[in-house]
Amino acid sequence: MNTNNSPSAHVHRDDEAQKMGMWFFLFTELLLFGGLFLVYSIYRFKNPDAFAHGAKELNVVLGAINTIVLLTSSLTAALSITAIQKGQKKLALGLVLFTIFCALIFLVNKYFEWGHKFEIGIYPGSDLLRAIPRGEALFFVLYYFMTGLHAIHVIVGAIILGFMARYIQTGLINSDYYVLLENGALYWHLVDLIWIFLFPLLYLIH
Amino acid sequence: MEEHKSHIIDYLTQIKVWVALVIFTLITVATAEVDFAMLTVAVALTIASVKSILVLLYFMHLKFESRILNLFVIVVMLVFLAMIVFTFFDYIFRLSHGS
Amino acid sequence: MGENVQHLSFLQDNGGKKGILAWITTTDHKRIGLLYFYSLTVFFLMGVVLGILMRLELMNPGKDLVEPQTYNSLFTLHGVIMIFLFVIPGIPAVFGNIALPLLLGARDVAFPKLNLLSWYLYILGALMALSTLLFGNAPDTGWTFYAPYSVRTGTNVTMAVLAAFILGFSSILTGLNFIVTIHRMRAPGMTWFRMPLFSWALYATAWIQLLATPVVGITLLMIAVERMLGIGLFDPSLGGDPILYQHLFWIYSHPAVYIMILPGMGVISEMIPVFARRRIFGYKAIAYSSLAIAFIGYFVWGHHMFTSGMSGPARVIFSLLTFLVAVPSAIKVFNWVATLYGGSIDLKPPLLYALGFIFLFLIGGLTGLVNGALAADVHIHDTYFVVGHFHYVMFGGTGFAFFAALHYWFPKVYGKMYNVKHATRAFWVLFTGFNILYFPMLVVGMMGMPRRYYDYLPQFHIPNLISTFGSWIVVSGLIYMIVVLIQGYRKGTPAGKNPWGGLTLDWQTDSPPITENFVELPIVTEGPYEYK
Ligand code: HEM
Repeated sequence: MNTNNSPSAHVHRDDEAQKMGMWFFLFTELLLFGGLFLVYSIYRFKNPDAFAHGAKELNVVLGAINTIVLLTSSLTAALSITAIQKGQKKLALGLVLFTIFCALIFLVNKYFEWGHKFEIGIYPGSDLLRAIPRGEALFFVLYYFMTGLHAIHVIVGAIILGFMARYIQTGLINSDYYVLLENGALYWHLVDLIWIFLFPLLYLIH
Repeated sequence: MEEHKSHIIDYLTQIKVWVALVIFTLITVATAEVDFAMLTVAVALTIASVKSILVLLYFMHLKFESRILNLFVIVVMLVFLAMIVFTFFDYIFRLSHGS
Repeated sequence: MGENVQHLSFLQDNGGKKGILAWITTTDHKRIGLLYFYSLTVFFLMGVVLGILMRLELMNPGKDLVEPQTYNSLFTLHGVIMIFLFVIPGIPAVFGNIALPLLLGARDVAFPKLNLLSWYLYILGALMALSTLLFGNAPDTGWTFYAPYSVRTGTNVTMAVLAAFILGFSSILTGLNFIVTIHRMRAPGMTWFRMPLFSWALYATAWIQLLATPVVGITLLMIAVERMLGIGLFDPSLGGDPILYQHLFWIYSHPAVYIMILPGMGVISEMIPVFARRRIFGYKAIAYSSLAIAFIGYFVWGHHMFTSGMSGPARVIFSLLTFLVAVPSAIKVFNWVATLYGGSIDLKPPLLYALGFIFLFLIGGLTGLVNGALAADVHIHDTYFVVGHFHYVMFGGTGFAFFAALHYWFPKVYGKMYNVKHATRAFWVLFTGFNILYFPMLVVGMMGMPRRYYDYLPQFHIPNLISTFGSWIVVSGLIYMIVVLIQGYRKGTPAGKNPWGGLTLDWQTDSPPITENFVELPIVTEGPYEYK
C-alpha cells in the first residue's frame, strides 16, 4: 500500500463503520424515548384507573390506521434497499417517495386527531385539564409529549428520506454505494418501532 | 479491510413480514376489547415486542448483521429494562406501604 | 512513495485556509482536541472565579460579600460550569480527541466532521449556559435542577436546562465517534488486548455517554416544557411526582460521575507503566474493570436519594450495589500500586499528578463509601461532607488526571518541553492548597454544616477560614502551572519524539505529529507496555 502517503488516503470508505455509527445513534434515540416510557409506566402504575379512563378519549380507529400506514412505510423503506441493491433505480426512488407519502398521511391523521382534542379543550395547560382528576391530566400530558416527540421524529425522518430520494436521483446512492440509504431507512424504522409501542400503551388500555 | 457485500433480502420475504405485522396489529386491537384483567398489558406488550423483533430482524436487517451488533442491541434492551425494574423497586414498595 | 509530499506538523498545516478559519473549520482530531482544550480552560477558570467568590463569602459568618440570592446563583453556575463544561467533556473531548487515534495508530477518528459538529454544539451549549449570567435572573436551583423548585422559580432555568440538553448531545456524539473509532480504526495487528488502557477507559466511558445521556436529555426537556406550558409532570400540586424527577436525573447523573472518572483512571493507567518502566500489572483486570464500573455504575443512582423518601427496600438495594461498584475501582488502585512496586520510578510532573490523583481519589472514594452507607448518609446528606467528597473525586480525581494528561502529552502536542523543575513546584503548591481547601470541608460537614447556604453558625468559623485560605493557595498553584506551561510553549526546548520513553504508538511519531499522524501506518506486534 504505497498510496498511504497521499493526504487523501484517510478518506477511505468504511460502510460498516457508517452503519455502526447509525445504530449507536438509534440506541440513544431509544433511550430518549425510554425515559418517557419510564415516566409513563410509573404514572400509570400510580393511576391505573385514570389512565384507562383517559385512554377512552383516544380514537382507536385513527390510531390503528396510522399504525398500518407506518408499517407500510417501513416496508417500502426496506424494499427500496433491495431495489437499489439490484440496481433498479427507478423502483427504489418510487419506493422512497411512497415512504415519504406515508409519512405525510400519518401527519395529516395526527393533525386531525390533535385538532379534535384541542376543540374539546384537551391540551396542555387548558382549563379542562386543570379541572379533571390529576391522573387523567397526566395521561393527556404524556399523550401529547410522547406523540409530539414522535411526530417530530416523523418529520425529521421524512426530511432525511427526501435527501435520500435526491441522492438516488443524482446517483450518489447507487447499487455500489447505498449505506446512506440504509442509514436513512434505519432511522425510519426506528420511528416505526417506537410507534409500535406507543399505540397499545396510549390507545388500547381500557 | 475487506468488506463482504450486504445480504440482499428478497422482496417476497419482506412482504410476508409486513403481512404478519398487519395481522398482529389487528390482533392487538381485537384483544384490547377482551378483558384479561391483569394480563391485558402483558398481552399488548408481548405482541408489540414480537412486532418490533420482526422489524428489527428483517426490515432493519439485524438478522444479517454481525454478531457483535446483535449483542449490542440486546444489551441496550436489557439496560433499558433494568432501568425500569430498578425504578419500580422504589415505587412498588413505596406505594404498598401506603405513603 | 510520495517523496514530494510534505509532511507538515498539524500545528502548521492549515490545509490551505487562513488564520482562525483554519482552526474552526478543521476536521483534524488534534486541532479539534485543542479547540476543546482552549475553550474548556476558559470555562474552567470562570468556574474557579465563581468558586473563589463563594469561598470569600464564606470566610466569616454573616454576609461578607454577596446577597443570599446571588450566592444561590453562584453555586448553581459554578456547578453547571464545572460539571457540564469542564469535568464531563474534560478528558475525553480534549485528550481523547488528541490521543485516541494516535494510540490506536489511526489517521483520525471515524467521523471527523461529526467531531467538529460536537465541538460546535459544546460551544453553543456553553454560550447558552453562560448567557444566564447576563440575561434574566441567573438560575438558583443548584446544578441538579431538582423539581418542583426548578419548575417554579422565576429565574432563568429554562435556558440553563436547554443548554445542558445541547451539551448532552455534544457528549453523545463524541462517545459515538470513539466507539466506532475503536471498533473500526485500530492499526493492523492491534488486537483488543494490545490496546493502550486509555482507549479501554474511553471505550467504557463512551458507552455510558451513549446510554445514559439521552435519559437526562429527555428529563431536562420535560422540565423545560413543564415551565413553558405549565403541565404538571413533576409538580406535586399538579399531580406529578418530584421523586420521579430525581430518579430520572440520577439515572444519568450517577453514570455521569463515571464519565468523569473513568477517563481519568485511563490516563493514570497509561502513565504508571511509562514512569515506572515496568509492564503494567494486571492489564486485563484493569481493562475489564473499566467495563465493570461502567456497567454496575449504571445501577447505583438511588444512593443520591436515600433521604428523598424512597422506599426502604429500594434504599437497601441501592446501598448494596453502591458497595459493589467500589470493587472494580479498588482493583485498579491495587494494580497501579503493584505496577509501581519494584519499578524504577521517574518522578516527573505527569507521574506526580498521577500519584496526586491516586491519593486524592482514595480520599474521595473512601468518603464516597461513607456516603453510600445508608445509615451514615442520613446524617451527612446535604452537608459540607458531601461538598468535600465530590471535590476530592472531581477536582482531586478528574481534575488532577486532566493536569497529568496535560503534562504528559504537552510535549507531544507542542513539540516543546516545559520547565520540569517549576512544573514540579506548581504541583506541590496546588496539591497542598487543595487539601487545605477541602479537608476542612469534610470536618465541618461532620460537625453538621449544611451546604448551599451563604451563611453559617459561628462554631463553624475556623474550618471555613482555613478553607478560604486554601482556596487562595489553589489559585496560586493554578496560575503558577499555567505560567509554566505558557513559558514552555513559547520558549521550551525541543522535546523530541519520545521525551518520556513511552512505548505506545503516540510516541513513535513526530512531536508535534503530522496532520496524518503517521507517515506510514504502524503494524503492531506486541502489547503496549512491554518494558524489558
Ligand atoms: C478553586 C476551585 C474551587 C473552589 C474554591 C470551589 C468551591 C466550592 C464551594 C464553596 C462549593 C459549595 C457551595 C455550597 O454548597 O454552598 C462548591 C460547590 C460545587 N463545586 Fe466547587 N470549587 C472549586 C472547584 C471545583 C471543581 C474543579 C469542580 C468540578 C470539577 C467543582 C464542582 C462543584 C460542584 C458540582 C458543586 C455543587 C454545586 C451545587 O451545590 O449545585 N468545583 N464549590
